[in-house]
Amino acid sequence: MNDMRIAERATSVTESKISAKGVQVYYGDTHAIKDVDVEIDDKTVTAFIGPSGCGKSTFLRTLNRMNDTIDICRVQGDILLDGENIYDPKVDPVQLRAKVGMVFQKPNPFPKSIYDNVAYGPRIHGLAKNKADLDDIVEKSLRRGAIWDEVKDRLDAPGTGLSGGQQQRLCIARAVATEPEVLLMDEPCSALDPIATAQVEELIDDLRTKFSVVIVTHSMQQAARVSQKTAFFHLGNLVEFGETGQIFTNPIDPRTEAYITGRIG
Amino acid sequence: MPLLWILILVLAIATVGYFAARTRAMATAGGDSRILHSLPNYYGMNAVLSALVPSLAVLALWLIVQPMYLQSHVAGMIPDHVIAEGSSRDLIMSDVRRIASGLNIAVEQGAMSANEASGLRSELTNVRERLAEVGVALGSDVQPEVLAAAQEYRSIAKSGSFFMLIVVLALAVLGAVYAWKRSHKDFRARNIVEKAVLGLLIAAASIAILTTLGIVMSMLMETMNFFSQYEATSFFFGIKWAPDFRGDSALGILPLLWGTLYISLIALLVAVPVGLFAAIYMSEYAGPKLRAVAKPLIEILAGIPTIVYGLFALLTVGPLLRDYFAKPTGLGESADSVLTAGLVMGIMLIPFVSSLSDDIINAVPQSMRDGSLGLGATKSETIRQVIVPAALPGIVGAVLLATSRAIGETMIVVMGAGAAAAQLDKGLAEAINPLEAMTTVTTRIVSQLTGDTDFAAPETLVAFALGLTLFVITLGLNVLALYIVRKYREQYE
Ligand SMILES: Nc1ncnc2c1ncn2[C@@H]1O[C@H](COP(=O)(O)OP(=O)(O)OP(=O)(O)O)[C@@H](O)[C@H]1O
Ligand SMILES: [Mg+2]
Repeated sequence: MNDMRIAERATSVTESKISAKGVQVYYGDTHAIKDVDVEIDDKTVTAFIGPSGCGKSTFLRTLNRMNDTIDICRVQGDILLDGENIYDPKVDPVQLRAKVGMVFQKPNPFPKSIYDNVAYGPRIHGLAKNKADLDDIVEKSLRRGAIWDEVKDRLDAPGTGLSGGQQQRLCIARAVATEPEVLLMDEPCSALDPIATAQVEELIDDLRTKFSVVIVTHSMQQAARVSQKTAFFHLGNLVEFGETGQIFTNPIDPRTEAYITGRIG
Repeated sequence: MPLLWILILVLAIATVGYFAARTRAMATAGGDSRILHSLPNYYGMNAVLSALVPSLAVLALWLIVQPMYLQSHVAGMIPDHVIAEGSSRDLIMSDVRRIASGLNIAVEQGAMSANEASGLRSELTNVRERLAEVGVALGSDVQPEVLAAAQEYRSIAKSGSFFMLIVVLALAVLGAVYAWKRSHKDFRARNIVEKAVLGLLIAAASIAILTTLGIVMSMLMETMNFFSQYEATSFFFGIKWAPDFRGDSALGILPLLWGTLYISLIALLVAVPVGLFAAIYMSEYAGPKLRAVAKPLIEILAGIPTIVYGLFALLTVGPLLRDYFAKPTGLGESADSVLTAGLVMGIMLIPFVSSLSDDIINAVPQSMRDGSLGLGATKSETIRQVIVPAALPGIVGAVLLATSRAIGETMIVVMGAGAAAAQLDKGLAEAINPLEAMTTVTTRIVSQLTGDTDFAAPETLVAFALGLTLFVITLGLNVLALYIVRKYREQYE
């Protein structure tokens, strides 16, 4: 792990965007997330790492209430977005999700044209004043998703006809197009080649100037490259959470050290 | 020898072959089944197949060909002068077969010896009386030529059956022995059995296809027959349907097609929105408990026989529409109307549309919903903009299948819409009045073929032309539906 390049940690203003306290998640009788506290700062990239099945995706989904769609899933505890509890009955999950966007672990483009895929969110939320405006948003989003050059000549082609990696970048573009305040990305690069991965990482870095980003990744190098904060999950517990540099160079918990050095996983 | 015995013998040979081949294969492998190319049972099955397939094929062929040969051969023996006025060669031939089987029965029952039976002379014996004794009644006295033909019939049939027995059994034994000889440890019995399974499946598929072809061919023959008596253009473009049996019928299909399409249209206007919305509610909104109760309830509708729907139309919907709608508005007088049949048929089709659409909507992956919800779309936006478009080809397929059903429906139309054809010659208002009685292609087919019918008159034959036209229309719809459904499937696989 010594060859790992640790990103410049210029966390200037550390204002908390999301703050989770005592979060428990159950799938029926399975206790998937056990009493997790996390602070997600504004204009920061936070990485969630941990072995497969430890609950990273589950926890990520609680942050924009995507778990509401799973019948057997129950969430307890407080999750505050800008100081407001998102599980409060007053909160409209639909509006919450417009603010907290998500890129899923498996690419899921709609069976529509590439253009309509990206225009979907802006249309629903009325972000574009006219057609030219919408064209503009679509192009800008596709560029940020690092896929514009590949699809600019076939915006009318179905999004489902793209390769897996292209689909994933299309989904990133689609999520970016809604201008969320927080972007949750569940292994966005798992299907991408190194070049596209580098582009997406660049995008993440760029997004950080405006939003906060939470990224789940299985690549230690990626977490180290793009994030300022890292949370390590193990068997549903948040084992360690802190500055990325500290987690990778000087982990406190022996389990964290074992994981990042490749001994558990 | 009765057929049953032949079959039992062949099966016995096959069984012996099974064990012999299996044992031999095991022996060549020195008793270690792991050395064998195939599992021991495959060697046995190979022997069974080798014994059964050729012998049974020949048996079947023989059973078809022998009577045909006998018929033509023996019929040629009957001189023309024997055929009486008003009779025909076919009638004489049935006498021949009757006498032949009568003699067989007599021999079996011991009323005649075998020699006596084959040596009978009509000049000396009253064959009719002798056969009456064993319960075989003949219409008239037996002429010598007919008796001779019957004797010939008997002898050929007898020797034919004997040869058949020999050939079939020999083939069975040969097949079993051949398979037994080949049962060696390196022999690929498994692959052969695999091929046989394939053959069986192909045979099953061809039966279905050939039946369809047969149906079409028979319809086609009668339809051509019809068109030789009635002009095709007047049939396809005639706007009047008025069959009578005086020979000046107007047999235009357009009034019937119009009735069919109109009633189907109303039925679909009822069934598609209701069925689709029910499906969306069931798959997207209803909780699992509600779904467990409501889905079967909706599907019960599909189990109601159409005659019951017909009664509902006749006794409830028709009079209601007449009393509260047709009469007050002055649009119609009768309880039979397009609207009655269309509404009731629509109710019948609801479960059809809803359960197919429900399956299709459920097949849209959850990740699509997540994707849309994750972008901040509401549930109904997600349904309208993602789920229904994604499921649309499948839904269209479901609707087309429902249309085929509506077009083919008969009972509800007879009981709900009456038997009078649409009157296209009385102006547009009359033709599109939904409270007017109308009738459809299917019900006219029934009515043209029931009662005293003369299968040479165009009034009867028109039923086949109607049927074929309907078949072509529904076939076209089904092909379209299948094409669309298949195209839809490719999207997620
Ligand atoms: N829909 C569900 N129903 C029931 N159990 C679930 C469901 N989704 C996840 N789980 C369970 O919750 C636990 C955490 O799963 P989760 O998907 O969050 O893991 P993960 O950390 O994202 O793993 P990976 O790195 O493989 O994506 C697992 O034990 C999993 O079996
Ligand atoms: Mg995951």
